[in-house]
Order: sequence, then C-alpha cells, then structure tokens
Amino acid sequence: MTDDAAATAEGHYTSTGLPNRKLLMWTFIGSECMLFGSLIMTYLVYRGRSITGPYPEELLNIPFITVTTFVLLMSSLMMVLALAAVQRNDMRQGKLWLLMTALLGTVFLGGQVYEFSHFLHEGLGLSTNLFGASFYLLTGTHGAHVFVGVLWLLSLFVLAVRGRLDARHAETVEITGLYWHFVDVVWIVLFTLIYLLVS
Amino acid sequence: MAATETAARPASGTGTREGTYAGGLVSWLTTVDHKRIGIMYAVFAFSFFLLGGLEALLIRLQLGSPENTLIDPDLYNQLFTMHGTTMVFLAIMPLSAAFFNFMVPLQIGARDVAFPRLNAFSLWVFVLGALFLNASFLFGGAPDAGWFGYANLTSTQYSPGMRIDFWVLGLQILGVSSIAAALNFIVTIINLRAPGMSLMRMPLFTWMTFVTSFLLILAFPAITVGLVLLMFDRTFGTSFFNPAAGGDVLLWQHLFWIFGHPEVYILLLPSLGIISEVIPTFSRKPLFGYPFVVYSGILIAFLGFGVWAHHMFAVGLGPIANTVFSATTMLIAIPTGVKIFNWIATMWGGSLRFKTPLYFAVGFIAMFIIGGLSGIMHSSAASDLQQTDSYFVVAHIHYVLFGGVMFALFSGIYYWFPKITGKMLSEGIGKLHFWLMLLAFNLTFFPQHLLGLHGMPRRTFTYQEGLGFEAMNLMSTVGSLVLGFSILIFLWNVVVSLRKGAKAGPDPWGGATLEWAIASPPPHYNFRRLPRVHSRDPLWAEGGLDVAVNDPEAPEPHMPSPSLWPFILAVGIIVAATGGLTHSVPLALAGAAVVVASTYGWAFQPLER
Repeated sequence: MTDDAAATAEGHYTSTGLPNRKLLMWTFIGSECMLFGSLIMTYLVYRGRSITGPYPEELLNIPFITVTTFVLLMSSLMMVLALAAVQRNDMRQGKLWLLMTALLGTVFLGGQVYEFSHFLHEGLGLSTNLFGASFYLLTGTHGAHVFVGVLWLLSLFVLAVRGRLDARHAETVEITGLYWHFVDVVWIVLFTLIYLLVS
Repeated sequence: MAATETAARPASGTGTREGTYAGGLVSWLTTVDHKRIGIMYAVFAFSFFLLGGLEALLIRLQLGSPENTLIDPDLYNQLFTMHGTTMVFLAIMPLSAAFFNFMVPLQIGARDVAFPRLNAFSLWVFVLGALFLNASFLFGGAPDAGWFGYANLTSTQYSPGMRIDFWVLGLQILGVSSIAAALNFIVTIINLRAPGMSLMRMPLFTWMTFVTSFLLILAFPAITVGLVLLMFDRTFGTSFFNPAAGGDVLLWQHLFWIFGHPEVYILLLPSLGIISEVIPTFSRKPLFGYPFVVYSGILIAFLGFGVWAHHMFAVGLGPIANTVFSATTMLIAIPTGVKIFNWIATMWGGSLRFKTPLYFAVGFIAMFIIGGLSGIMHSSAASDLQQTDSYFVVAHIHYVLFGGVMFALFSGIYYWFPKITGKMLSEGIGKLHFWLMLLAFNLTFFPQHLLGLHGMPRRTFTYQEGLGFEAMNLMSTVGSLVLGFSILIFLWNVVVSLRKGAKAGPDPWGGATLEWAIASPPPHYNFRRLPRVHSRDPLWAEGGLDVAVNDPEAPEPHMPSPSLWPFILAVGIIVAATGGLTHSVPLALAGAAVVVASTYGWAFQPLER
C-alpha cells in the first residue's frame, strides 16, 4: 500500500484487513463468554443446594424446552439465509429472512415467558430458593440477550422496508448474525447444563 | 538526533495549544478527539486521586495517636472503603486510561481510536459513575464494607441503607466504562497500526495497553456477576450469599478475586509499559531484550488469572488449593523479575541523562522491588496466615501501588507532559517533588511493615496505648502529610510550567517512538500523512521514518464530527442506576428509555458530517 493510499483510504485501511466493527463484536463476544461463564458457574455451584422446594426435577419440562430450543436453532438458520440474501442484494428475501429470524426469536421468548409464569404459578419465585434465584438469573440474562437481538433484527427489518438496507450494509447484517449465533450457542450450553443434566 | 532530521519539521501554525484544545464547554462535552478525551481522563482522575489522598490523610490523622477520637468508627469505615475504591477505580485506572487515550493512537501512527464516539462514552460513563459513587457521602454516608465488599457484611441485615447500593451500582457503571474502553483499544491496536508496524515493532506502552485491555474484558465480567448477585440479594431478597438459605459467602470471594487479582495487573501493566518507554529514551539505548519484556507482560497477564485464591489463604480452602495457589503466585515473580533485569540491562552502558522522568522510573524500580519481595512473602500460605489482615499487607499494597504504579505514572506525566501541552515541566521543581515524595513515601509506609509484624490489625479505627504502636504510627502520619505536600509541589509545577514553562519542541527528549515525530501538542488529526514503519525505533533508525508525516502539502485529513449522544447515553445509565438505588421503577424506566433512544440516535448519526 502506498503512502498516499494509506493516508486517503483512512477508515477503509486496517492493519489486518478485518473490519473494525466485526473485530469489536468478536472481542465483545469474548467478554460475554466470561459473563455467561461466571453465571453458569454460579448456577452449577448452587445445583442441588436448595434447602426448600420446588426443586428443578419437579418443574423442568424438557419436551417443551426442546421445542423452543429447536425454534431458536432454526432462527440461526434464518439468520444465515438473511445474510446470504443481503449479500447478493436480494432484499425481498433479505427482508423475509430477517423478519423470520426475529419472529422465531420472539417465539423462543414467548416460550420463556410461559415457562417463567408456569414456575411462578407452581410456587417458584425469584427468592424462593437458590434454584429459583440462579435459574431465573441465568436464563433471564440469556433471555435479555435474545430480546436485544430481536430489537436489533427488527431495526434492520424496518431499515430494509424503507429501502435503507442493501448489499452495501452486508457487514452490519453479518455482525448482527455473529451476535445472534453467539446467543444461540450459549443457549445450547444452558439447555444441556440446566435441562438435560437435571436427572 | 538523526531520526528527527529525516522527519519533516512540523509546519508552523499547526498543533498550537490554541488550535488543538480551543473551544467552549460544549466542544469538550461533544469531543471525540482521543487527545481531548485523554486530557479529561487525566484531569478527572487526578482530582479523584486528590480526593482519595485526602481520605487517606484523614485515616492517618486518626491513627497518629492511640485512642484518638478525631474520627468515629463509622466514618473511619467509610474512609478506608472509599480510599481503596477511589484509588483503584477512580484514580489509577483512569490515569492509565488517560495515557492509553492520548498516547496509543500516536504511538501506532493512527489519527484516532477505532471508535471515537465509544471512547467519549467510556469517559463520560467513568466521570458520571465516579460522581454517582461519591454522591453517597451526601445521602446517608459512603460505602463502608471495604473495597472488596465481602459477603455477608454487605447483606441488608448488616448493611442496611443505601451505602452498599451506591457501591454496587457505582462499580457496575465503572465496569461498563472500562469494558467499553478496553474493547476500543483492542480493536485500535489490532487494526489501526501504521503500515509496517508489526506486533513485534509496537512500542512497549502500546503492548502493555493491549495486554491490559484483554485483562479488562476478561476479568470485569466476574465482578459484574458478583455485583449482580449482591444486588439481587439486597433488592429482590434472593439468598446467593445467605448461608441460612444454603447460600455460600465464599462464592463472593471467588468471584471478587477472579476479577480482583487480574485487576492488580490491570493497575500495574500500564506502568510497566511507561517504564519501558522512559528508560530506553533516557539511556539512549533500545530496550534490552524487547521480546522478553513483551512475552513476560503477556505471561504475567495469563498467570494473573490463576492466582486469585492467594487472597483467600485464611479462609481454609485446604492444603491442596493453598499449595497450588502458592506455587502459581511464586511463578508470577519470574516474568516480573525478568522485566526488572531488562530495565537494568537497558540502563547498563547507556548514556544516561538523569531528567525527572528517569528519576521517577528508577524510583519505581527500587520501590517496586520492595513491594515485590513482600509479595513473594505473601505467596507462601503459611507465612501469609501471619500477615493477613495486618498492616504488613497495607505496607505491601502501597509499595506496589504507590511506590510502584504512582511513581511510574508520575514518570509518564513528566515524560509526556511536553507532548500533551507543548510546555516542559520544570526540572528543578520536578526533582524536588521526586525526592520529597520518595522520602515521605518510605517514611509513611515502611514502618507499616513493622507495625503489621508486631500485630497491628488493618481496618481498625484505633489502637490502645502501650502496645508499642505509637512511635511508628506517628512516623507514618508525619510521612503521609509530607507525601500530601509533595503532591502540592507537583501541582505547583504544573501551574507554573503551563504559564511560563519552556516551549517543548516536537521531540524534547530524543524519543524513538512515533509520538515524537509530530508537533507538541499534536494537531487534531495527529499525522498529516500516515507514517510507514520499518523498525522498532522509527525515530532512531537510519531512514526509520521516510514519510513526511507533517507535510503541509498533504490534504488535511477528515476527522469524525463531535457528538453529544455518548454523553446523553451515559446520563441515561446514571438515571437508570439512580432508579435502581431508590427502588423507583419510573426513574429506572426513564433511564432505560434514554439509553435506548440515545443508542438509536448514536447508531443513525453519521460519523462524519
């Protein structure tokens, strides 16, 4: 790269060739791993240490959560399709898959709302016992991440509807996807540790 | 210097003090220029350093004589808690951040950081969060459970009122600032290096900023979670730290120290970077064993995550845990020792110029070795049990953080003040400041080793007569007052030098790194043309800087436009936190609404207008 190109192409030139924002998202995900790691350790440390019920084995509904887990995993597929569509500037499909990703995310959140209200009805409040506290905190933090992701996806969808999102913004969609897939991967870990290991 | 002759001279009229820093309050509130942000970090951090120092002086006045009644136990608890919290989170970390901000883009040959508005956001979250934390003094008293806030002293049962809530929310806010800043600097250093500046050509200060940033993003989440658990316990009645309901108070200690020990290196590593810049410059020799210094910095950071339980030897984790953590703690002495040998070897045979920055750098090495040695004593669990909670630990931490880090930060201030302001600090007053600070520091803290070994407990508001503590406590108190006076001498130096200090040229010390290739203070775009780097010491190497970085013929670079959104977003966070503090749902929702609205405002505001 010549001197003048380096000087004038400022903002496009990066030392590694990676876009700044993508690198930011990867680094942020690294930090988030420690956040979820600490929350997961807290949950595991308190596993089986509640001194009053209700206990996890009485409440957790594995078949139901398996369905919502499947829905969330499918949303990652939608996200991949959305990015591919935006990259080839097919905004009709791009809009469709962005909306579908957000929709499946919303269905997952609906499942979580149903699960939480069911548990509350069964007598598990936030402060009932250690299981309640650590369960609501861990899955609630994850749910908050999904919620932020849904808002983000809907924002992109609205931009696309207004014609302000196309192949030139593929990087933005890709970064949204990085976040979305990360949140999905975290759920796979939570599903395994909270639900599958309960018995 | 050969190198500065090859670099084009700065064009007259660029980079004057007026040109770079002019503008009213609004221009400072909305600035996204890393240099102005760095200056604001420095000014706010130094103000909090003075506040934390004032708290320390009150503590020392209380301990100056036995059974003193100057300060009651309640206020004493607030003072030592806020002294620790302030010095760690509001003074040393942001002072380091001031140097990150001002120097890293210059050292890597960039025009700004990767995300200038995120940088402004970090600053304002820090400033408002720090004010939020200190507002506790006005509303029912400051936090009083120690800077480590051990559970279950922090439970609503033992700490009713809002004091601990101020601490929990304040630290949470400051964590947001630190993580945002660290993400920014990681991307900046990876991506905005000038052409030719490979990782192993980066200046050491940039390297240590890089390593520190990784520590920040990986260590802070642990305390974030700890603070969330504590907040849930206090606000929503959960039992994470309530043994009666099966909770475990040790979980807090683990989460706190998994953050807390890397935090020690977050405080220290930037200083090691500063020393690694100052010593080569004033020895006129490239840093001895550059790769060793880099890799030992990385190793310190890596090992720093594996030593946290050495803060917990006294809780009874058992012989295996104690042995493992003793061993890892001893290991960390090796890379630290490597650096000290490298600095000494750099000076060895160099043509030393004893300017004030080098005085402070050498003072740092000497004091830091003393603090390091008492640290190695703590690494042995058996020995540590005798020292835990005694003044010996207070002496250790101050030899590391004051004799170490603060000396290094002062070295950095004397070294880079000419670059930042365009004026030289007075050498005479600087050396007076150094000698007074060195003597007063040792007078204050050395006796505390002996006090600790004689059994004086820390965090206790007084002691009885006749225990043999009187003379050494009096020495320590007198020392602390002189120490405070030496800081006033420094402030006097700043005021005098800003008014009528000698003008600094672009490169007053003959430095080797890129920040010395441009005017002092630098123009707002830093480099008219981006440099190209061929070696580790571009201004020292023959033909090291073959780009006319200050070429007035080059088109003036476009810089990002100012933005108020980062400030508004920071205000929104504070409003939401105030809602959490007062258990006011409407206030919390209003804060959240501001956060969401300003996030959208920010996202849709173009970077350049």
